Amino acid sequence: MSGRAERLMSGDLLPWIVMLAWILAILFGLMLLVGANFGEALSGFFNGAFGGRRMAYLAATLSRATLIVGMALSVMISFRAGLFNIGGEGQLVAGGLVSALVAILLPGPPLVVLVAAILAGMAAGALWALLAGVLYLYVGVPLLVGSLLLNFPIRYIASYLVAHPFRDVPSGMLQSHLVPEATWLAYFPGFRLDIGILFIVATSIFAIVYSHTTVHGYQARLNGLSADFARTVGLPVRKLTLQTLAMSGAIAGLVGAIAVFGMHHRYIDGMLVQPLYAWTGIIAVLLVGMIPWLVPLSGLFFAALQTGAAGMERAAGVPKEIALVMQAVIILFVASRVSGAILSARSSGTRGGDDV
Amino acid sequence: MFDLLFDASFLASVPRFVTPILLAALGGAICERAGVFNIGLEGMMLGGAFFAVVGAYFSGSPYVGALAALLAGMALGAIFAEFHLRRGGDAIVVSIAINLLAAGMTTFLLRAIFDVAGAFRDPAIAGFARVHIPVLEDIPVLGPVFSGQSPLFYLSLALVYALHVFFLRHRLGLRIRAAGENPTALKAGGVNPLWVQAIALLMCGALCGLAGAQLSISNVNLFVENMSAGRGWIAVVAVLLTRGRPWPLFFIALLFGAVDSLSFRVQGLGLPQQFTDMMPYLATLIVLTALSWWRLKRQS
Repeated sequence: MSGRAERLMSGDLLPWIVMLAWILAILFGLMLLVGANFGEALSGFFNGAFGGRRMAYLAATLSRATLIVGMALSVMISFRAGLFNIGGEGQLVAGGLVSALVAILLPGPPLVVLVAAILAGMAAGALWALLAGVLYLYVGVPLLVGSLLLNFPIRYIASYLVAHPFRDVPSGMLQSHLVPEATWLAYFPGFRLDIGILFIVATSIFAIVYSHTTVHGYQARLNGLSADFARTVGLPVRKLTLQTLAMSGAIAGLVGAIAVFGMHHRYIDGMLVQPLYAWTGIIAVLLVGMIPWLVPLSGLFFAALQTGAAGMERAAGVPKEIALVMQAVIILFVASRVSGAILSARSSGTRGGDDV
Repeated sequence: MFDLLFDASFLASVPRFVTPILLAALGGAICERAGVFNIGLEGMMLGGAFFAVVGAYFSGSPYVGALAALLAGMALGAIFAEFHLRRGGDAIVVSIAINLLAAGMTTFLLRAIFDVAGAFRDPAIAGFARVHIPVLEDIPVLGPVFSGQSPLFYLSLALVYALHVFFLRHRLGLRIRAAGENPTALKAGGVNPLWVQAIALLMCGALCGLAGAQLSISNVNLFVENMSAGRGWIAVVAVLLTRGRPWPLFFIALLFGAVDSLSFRVQGLGLPQQFTDMMPYLATLIVLTALSWWRLKRQS
């Protein structure tokens, strides 16, 4: 790792500065286009991302980061194993939907219901990911398109369930009933942030430890660096694939459950799809080239970018969708430098060992 | 029930749904044959749909709209080429970025240019008029299907044949195939495969842009956020299944388009909308699964 850092600092610094200049130029160009006041926009951005009365916006950034980092960890585990599971959204929806329904339907003491609901959500996410894995391994459906296409059925199934059988009709919205109030995740004292973030901190630690120290994580990484090599040395590639996908899906399901019990307290149609949590998670992983300990920071960065953009909209009238544009621009510029090098380690085989 | 679904007006609606998938898939086919793994069709289509509305709104002509869509698609193709071919970014990563860029840019510009969020509809958006073909339009069944469609439908049919000949005989078509199958040979022949791939990306962008124009200024005259709604991914599947050969692609697109049109049709029968909306994706998954399974069996 230090070798890479030195390389960055010495000869390779210039391209990064040029890249940053490009990104900033595009950002200012867009702001010029809508005639925004730069000063107001900038202060609006920082206030929206980190400020607010009693740090309300900082709390919003952190709870958004909770979901984005969770989704990023989910895909990171797949990506490192060379599995292009881009169906995180479907797994997220499956998890959120099932955990909400379990909490609504299951009687019992709140803590038991909560634990059962979270586990059910994780199981649902894992099963949805496994479905893509089974289609990939046993039927030959490419994982990339198989996992992606599975996003659509579950999205509409969830939408149907909260629009018809489980709809909270008096609310007038397409949403389920509230989950019992006793199962809601508690807020930190004096701060509108729920303890769901602790689950994701734990998941981050798990993912880092898993990737760097466990045999399973090591074998999965080998498969990611060279599937041929993994097969040749006799690793149980199929089992590894299914287990890795299940792990990915379970994390996505957990994120769905956190969104239900921490943020919305029910399943609302589109609540996990429209904010593009899954896609932001994917680009958060790609930004840092799948290096585990950097993933949470990268997820936090994108969360701040999004809430900051909302602040910019309030302060200077810049449409908040500018965040989406900037995310794509950042990924375009960085992908060709970071992810390009690391993903191509699949073929070169010699590089890429230093980040395992 | 059967008569209710498959009558003349159903058949007449099929081309409307086939055209966007077919155009985008033909674009994807060019990339596939050139050896560029492009799963950014969705974004290129969305960009086209938006700029078609921009062009048609400000000029009052759907043809200017289609041209704007084509150029927007090509611009995304050029961005793809710059970051994938010249800067060496991974094709999947660049594709994902292209899709997000289109989603972000269209919603951003929707608010910057038209000052609306969600959807933009205005009588000033000039849509394509239906093309009525004399004589043909009076023939039962065939008439309503092949007459009275958008010009882009006829263009897409012509392109199936044109692309077939292009890959078979045309110098650039052969070079595109060589770039995909054996870039070293192409290089030995004095042609830089990267340039050929860049041209393929531009052509793909142009066709996906037109596919978007079919959605926004032909089927309806409005733009809605995320209007392509997964059709670009259906086109990707069509390309994968046919490995980019134009004629098989035509039939797959016909099938997917027909299901899309059918799903629109059965909404009137009291099925919940979520189930009818799901149909195209489910059909795509089923066809993909069946054909993959069949290929796997045949190999072993």
